[in-house]
Amino acid sequence: MARSLEELQKQYNSSSKPGAPKMGGGGPRGGGPRGGGPRGMGGKPKDVKKTIGRLLGYVGKYKVLLFVVLIFMMINTVMSLVGGYMTRPIINRLSAYVGLEVDAETINTPIYIMLDSAIESVKNAATGFIAGIVGDSYNPVATEVLFYIMATIMILVVIYLFTILTNYLQARVMMTISQNSVEKIRNDLFNKLQKLPVRYFDTHPTGEVMSRFTNDVDNIDVMLNNSLTSIVSGVISLVGTFVFMITTNIWLTVITIVFVPFFAIVGAKIAGASRKYYSGQQAALGAANGYIEETVTGQKVVKVFNHENTCCDEFETLNEDLRDKQMKAQFYGGIMGPIMHNTSMISYSVTIGVGGILMVAGKLDPGALQLFAQYSKQFSMPINNISQQTSSIFSALAGAERVFAVMDEEPETLDADDSLKMKDVKGEVIFKDVTFGYNPDKVILKNLSLYAKPGQKIAFVGSTGAGKTTVTNLLSRFYEIDSGEITIDGVNIKDIKRDELRSNIAMVLQDTHLFTGTVMENIRYGRPDATDDEVVAAAKTASAHSFIMRLENGYDTMLEGDGANLSQGQRQLLNIARAALSKAPILVLDEATSSVDTRTERHIEHGMDRLMKTRTTFVIAHRLSTVRNSNAIMVLEAGKIIERGTHEQLLELKGRYYELYTGKRELD
Amino acid sequence: MKKWMKYVKPYLLYFILGPLCMIIEVIGEVLMPLYLAEVINGAVYHTLTNEQSVWVMVKMIGTALIMMIGGVGGSYFGAKASVNFAADLRADLFRKVQGYSFANIDKFSTGSLVTRLTNDVTQVQMFVNMMLRMMLRSPGMLIGGVIMAVSLSPSLSVVMAVTIPLLLGAIAFIIARGMPRFSKMQTKIDALNSTVQENITNVRVVKSFVREDFESQKFEKANKDLKSAGMSAMKNMIFMQPVQTFFMYITTGLVIWFGSQLVISNYDAGITNFSVGELSSFINYVSQILFSLMMVTMLLMFSSRALASAKRISAVLDEKIDIIDSAEADESATIEKGKIEFKNVTYRYHKNSAEPVLDNIDLTIPAGSTVGIIGSTGCGKTTLVSLIPRLYDTDEGEVLIDGRNVKEYTLYNLREGVGMVLQKNVLFSGTIEENLRWGDEDATDEQMFAAAESAQADKFVKNFTHGYKTELGQGGVNVSGGQKQRLCIARALLKNPKIIILDDSTSAVDTATEAQIRRAFREELAESTKIIIAQRISSVKDADMIIVMDDGKITGIGHHDELMESNVEYQEIYNSQISGSEGGNGDGKKS
Repeated sequence: MARSLEELQKQYNSSSKPGAPKMGGGGPRGGGPRGGGPRGMGGKPKDVKKTIGRLLGYVGKYKVLLFVVLIFMMINTVMSLVGGYMTRPIINRLSAYVGLEVDAETINTPIYIMLDSAIESVKNAATGFIAGIVGDSYNPVATEVLFYIMATIMILVVIYLFTILTNYLQARVMMTISQNSVEKIRNDLFNKLQKLPVRYFDTHPTGEVMSRFTNDVDNIDVMLNNSLTSIVSGVISLVGTFVFMITTNIWLTVITIVFVPFFAIVGAKIAGASRKYYSGQQAALGAANGYIEETVTGQKVVKVFNHENTCCDEFETLNEDLRDKQMKAQFYGGIMGPIMHNTSMISYSVTIGVGGILMVAGKLDPGALQLFAQYSKQFSMPINNISQQTSSIFSALAGAERVFAVMDEEPETLDADDSLKMKDVKGEVIFKDVTFGYNPDKVILKNLSLYAKPGQKIAFVGSTGAGKTTVTNLLSRFYEIDSGEITIDGVNIKDIKRDELRSNIAMVLQDTHLFTGTVMENIRYGRPDATDDEVVAAAKTASAHSFIMRLENGYDTMLEGDGANLSQGQRQLLNIARAALSKAPILVLDEATSSVDTRTERHIEHGMDRLMKTRTTFVIAHRLSTVRNSNAIMVLEAGKIIERGTHEQLLELKGRYYELYTGKRELD
Repeated sequence: MKKWMKYVKPYLLYFILGPLCMIIEVIGEVLMPLYLAEVINGAVYHTLTNEQSVWVMVKMIGTALIMMIGGVGGSYFGAKASVNFAADLRADLFRKVQGYSFANIDKFSTGSLVTRLTNDVTQVQMFVNMMLRMMLRSPGMLIGGVIMAVSLSPSLSVVMAVTIPLLLGAIAFIIARGMPRFSKMQTKIDALNSTVQENITNVRVVKSFVREDFESQKFEKANKDLKSAGMSAMKNMIFMQPVQTFFMYITTGLVIWFGSQLVISNYDAGITNFSVGELSSFINYVSQILFSLMMVTMLLMFSSRALASAKRISAVLDEKIDIIDSAEADESATIEKGKIEFKNVTYRYHKNSAEPVLDNIDLTIPAGSTVGIIGSTGCGKTTLVSLIPRLYDTDEGEVLIDGRNVKEYTLYNLREGVGMVLQKNVLFSGTIEENLRWGDEDATDEQMFAAAESAQADKFVKNFTHGYKTELGQGGVNVSGGQKQRLCIARALLKNPKIIILDDSTSAVDTATEAQIRRAFREELAESTKIIIAQRISSVKDADMIIVMDDGKITGIGHHDELMESNVEYQEIYNSQISGSEGGNGDGKKS
């Protein structure tokens, strides 16, 4: 019962994540040292001007250096143009020697005269040196020509050295600018993340935030490093080539220019077609890869259900579609190069044909023809380059815009100037008529009130979505309440410095995550000044000590990839140890032992009992055995406390808790 | 190499025509400078006429058009060849992975398999496409350029014989110096990314322990490290262009100098085969040769990456699938009753690890009985039941179903007879109905509803707006953990298997619902053998037989009451779940 292509596309296209690998056209260009992050992804920038303005803010610091780069680029471009130009007098002199006297009028241009006189003066200044190289085996006329050529080569050497040097320096300086700017952007972005409220992370998938750091910043990097310089130097060399061409021969220049709009139109046509097929290809690739990802991830289930053949059939459907789309995309992507290149070859051909006619008429010297042959090729290169770079610039700008959008996010509200520091917190927690909703239109907690005396253990029980975790989110001000108030030791938590507030609450959260580092470092996370002995004691309290000792390097074992080498239960134990080390007077355990087996949980409870005596503890658990010995149990439903009391009281009440406890009712 | 040929062969024509078309383009490219020489020489010797100029132009335009056809054709055949190559490869890889046993999958990890099937295939495809279009182009231009240069003037070509090796040496030096720097940079990129990733997923931890400043410092350090590693890599790379330009210029300069002398002495000696026109073409060939050379080195650099991908793909294709239908499998044999026997079964995850996961297990499970398995994590419960549908094969001993070794069934028939709900379970994109029908494509709607009812899923499914047509996964509804588990059970039930195995599959279902599922099992699946792995005593308490496992061994078998008498471990587990209270259902898990 394999699904049809339409169904499959509908179901898997949405899973084409931005990180899906992209197919580029041929050519090693896109390779880059960065190891193939997808380029040119996603969207067009909306407000180009503003984004560029902000980017300039980062690069603007290096105004002087940027100016230097510009100068280097100009020197470089002019020098290589002049270097190329030098072949003209050489060819002309040789032509003259073998029989074609060049009409003085055709070479009577300022550049030619200037260079010619420069060559002459070098020749005169370095006669002795040149004579040593040329020797005396040639007749006087030939010797004279060779003297001239040698002098030209000597100038060339100087020019070449300049181009090489400026080329290197320009790259070097630009690298410094771009690397420093990108470093600054990354730092700013990360520091901004630290200030964003938890809400931001709850509403944005991790992958999306990550891609700000990877793809988007990378694209900016590439733009600053390559695209920008190639465009600027492309424009400079376009202008420069044009100036040199027009001073050499107006007719041949006209021919080259006439082809430019032709280039532009053909290029745009092909690019348009290839873009259309390209996005078709990306969608098909996304669907196929999405299918692979899902099927292979669930491979074991596939096997258990003997479903391999159906999967193969379905994949075949997607793969055939991909084959089809890819063929078109690759073809249109591939013909861009040859068509543009050979169009420029046609312009080259016309240049040479017309050049021949001009030479016959004595209106052009052979050196100039050689020069134009070179220029007409050179002229199409920057045009090609610029058109290629614009797409990468646009995607970099789109990326920059996304990066700046993160930087512009509303941060957690700042502490008021008169906010309080907390000293010797006892741990009396009061919720008074607290109302809260993640969205304004959907209230999660309604007029919730509760009172926790220092040292008490308060438990929350209820279905998913009843608002248990929300209570802890509000206590630590991850979210701000809509109305009512929460106080600790009688002080409204809004009046307490946020950092102070949080350092008085130790939390063990539902999702256990660890940091890259040793076990020791992970436990110590909450209290960097704790001694090794204290860390071990905390681990013992959390019943984590024995398994830690069984790890390869005990407390010095490195945890990588979120502690992939540990079981979920072990990770939870480390999280508990981390909280146990903290001296905070308020402790929150949110499903802290859900993956720990019941026997171990008992051990932890015994260990934590001593700890909890001096702390106000909030416990959220779906195992009722976990909450049984609490001072008060709150049964939450739809944002309201519907029952409260001790275990015994609640059983006696024969209400919801009783039903849950005796298994007459299910939570969902 | 041979295995890659399999994907080339059907498209051999394209693989040949593509490069052939490219050769046409290359030949044109190589001929072009000759036309220029013809015009210049004509002018120099005063033989050039307007007709000749126009004729040369026509010839050149013709050449350019043929080149264009070659280029477009090359692109067409290149796309055909590489796309088909990759599509076949992708299909084969997918099929291969479908055949993988659990052990094969574990060896690669699913994440890595996904990358190999997606990213790596893309890399190789791009490489093939590029090779087809560049393989002959750059080297062709290189060789063509050299041939033309040598035929124009062998003595002048000596210049290149000296400078090219030097250039190659310099490039090799830069690349060799750059490689370790780039890999260092890559590790720094990874480090930076994992710092960010951790920070994002751990945002609550960071905030609740007030460690934002610490994290910022950590990041700034990682960022600085990355910058300096990046700079060091780039500082090296930016030598590339100046060095290449340097050799280009040196060669050009030398060619001009010696070439000019050659033109003069030839003229003096009355030889006409190398004159100004030829010198001009020669200079063109020099830049063509050096340019192609750079392209070839870039190609080589690029291939190293594709090669790494190709190797990773090879590993998937070459992997020996360790569980296949064995020779003695009887195709007609199906599971009729569901009696299971383990005889001296020992199993190790790695063939050479000392500690076996299962140690000499002997066990008989009568057909139609309900069996509970309990024990701490890592004691081998899952492994034990995985041997029944041959998700893994025993190292020693044998597993029999209905008195017949599991290896004597075909895998298909064996797994048709065994329904298993895995601990790490997944539902797939598609509707609920599509997911349930994995169990039996041909089931009637009534059968499907019945299975869902037994698994206590019918009610909540009907509450969805689209009922059984509700889309799951991306863009669809998200079911809660307990609902997912119930759907997975329903999916297995629809198979109507003789043996059904639940591996910790009700952990997120509350006790009351779980009890109803158990009741349904008893009533609807009276004849099937039911094996239930669980954490909770309440889940297994009523079983005909409870197996207590510890450290790869069975430490007790019996009824609840028997085990309460005789088995210390069972007592401990029991006490941890009820102590301090009189009630039995001490741990109503929510879903």
